[in-house]
Amino acid sequence: MTNSGYTVHVENLTRMFGTFKAVDNVSFQVKPGEIFGFLGANGAGKTTTIRMLCGLLLPTSGKAIVAGYDVYKDTEAIKRHIGYMAQRFSLYEDLTVRENIEFYGGVYGLNRKQIKTKTAELLDYLKLWEHADKLTASLPLGWKQRMALSTALLHNPDLIFLDEPTSGVDPESRRNFWMLIYELSEQGKTIFVTTHFMDEAEYCHRLSIMRDGKIVELDKPQSLKQKYKADTMQDVFMKVVQKVEA
Amino acid sequence: MIPIVINNLKKSYGAVQAVKGVSFEVEVGEVFGLIGPDGAGKTTIIRTLVSLLDPDEGEIIFMGKNVIGNTKFVRSNIGYMPQRFSLYRDLTVEENLRFFGDLFKVSTDVQDKLMKKLYAFSKLAPFKNRRAEALSGGMKQKLALSCMLMHQPKVIVLDEPTFGVDPVSRSEFWDILKSLAHEGTSVLVSTAYMDEAELCDKIALMFQGNFLALDKPDKLLQSYEFPLYLIETDQVHTAYNKLYKLEEFSDCNLFGNGLHVSDKNNYGEAGIKGILDKKQVEYKSVHRIEADLEDIFLKLIKDGSETSGREQR
Repeated sequence: MTNSGYTVHVENLTRMFGTFKAVDNVSFQVKPGEIFGFLGANGAGKTTTIRMLCGLLLPTSGKAIVAGYDVYKDTEAIKRHIGYMAQRFSLYEDLTVRENIEFYGGVYGLNRKQIKTKTAELLDYLKLWEHADKLTASLPLGWKQRMALSTALLHNPDLIFLDEPTSGVDPESRRNFWMLIYELSEQGKTIFVTTHFMDEAEYCHRLSIMRDGKIVELDKPQSLKQKYKADTMQDVFMKVVQKVEA
Repeated sequence: MIPIVINNLKKSYGAVQAVKGVSFEVEVGEVFGLIGPDGAGKTTIIRTLVSLLDPDEGEIIFMGKNVIGNTKFVRSNIGYMPQRFSLYRDLTVEENLRFFGDLFKVSTDVQDKLMKKLYAFSKLAPFKNRRAEALSGGMKQKLALSCMLMHQPKVIVLDEPTFGVDPVSRSEFWDILKSLAHEGTSVLVSTAYMDEAELCDKIALMFQGNFLALDKPDKLLQSYEFPLYLIETDQVHTAYNKLYKLEEFSDCNLFGNGLHVSDKNNYGEAGIKGILDKKQVEYKSVHRIEADLEDIFLKLIKDGSETSGREQR
């Protein structure tokens, strides 16, 4: 384990597919407790970067340390120290709330006692005791979403990846969700968000924007808006991504 | 003739009322948006309109004919792009277009002309020999739309066509929709993205099977009754926890750029700063802003839950 003080420390990271540079010499650092937005057009290299950070794909060159572990050598350790919440969630609809939590506890390698304690903790935290033995399918979407987040946190990871976490969720539930994210951030968890939803991107502390395999912007949302003289992140994104083509 | 007229449409699945009696019209050359979260009832409305689902109650008139009993007429005159559109992955862009043209018995001559125009719209010409599976998400959506246009429908219906598509491709996709509408095509489109709502000529804000509002976007924006202020702060979630219960503001909502609060008592900027100081809320700036559609939607949801709460009591 290496400790650089960053949860994610990436230097000159590159990934080739044949002669195509999917990720081209990318460098960035994410601090503990930071909410980091990772933006870019389809095909800009986001997914490839994230797969490398999660230990699912080896880089061609460069360095990446995630939660203190090296993406070349410590891929299994990385998987134990990160959480992942997929777009439109991956809960089992035909299991009850309790069964889902227990199932994911098992997946993350918690023992029986830990699973029991964690389940109780989560049901408290999510205020879901009343619904613990109901089918997950019967819950409103906003609750499922909070549940999906909580199951991704069962093994107490330092870093959690969120993929378009609130798309399709109603505006109130979206805000409840972001309040949870801010709390996690205050507890020191690092949050790594990918989204095509620019309102959502604005909730992040810092944003990076990828284009053609490179990170072309990295700053606070407010600073980016000032730099591009834009009222919204949507405008910023359009200007950044289209700059070369224009 | 108004292409789409829907009166008091209701549909339940078991005990769940998915659509609770909605009425609207889509006029010639209009882009009408069904805006709302998952589960609001958008897909149910669309599926009843394209004759894939029978309503429990209400009337759906498509180009002057009742949808029930005229399934064949509806399906051959409507362009429908479902949420999960299946292109033939191992056919090229051009082969996909030809396939849909043949399916709707469009002659080769007409197909040639149409494809020229659709390539101009979609900018897909350079990729016409590429297999569909090798296209980016945004290009796939544009190809799906083009396939659907091969039989030149006067009315097109799209269910969340831009889900998962990046902002640049989304904006290109909307440019195409707008130019189709400009040529007289009527468009019914659903989306959960608020920035797309503003691009529609008319929108229905949907929540839990109901329309909370139905109007032109700019009319809805003007409907916000109190002055709205943006509080910029680095501690947005702490600030929210201190402020959201206060009587002074009828709305207090978290946004990416800070908190939006409604100044129902007309304190003005100075007055609001006074309240923030009293409550020991750290802030960088306070200034007046115009409400956006998300502000309106949040207010309507809140008003709705307060009304139904009163009814229960």
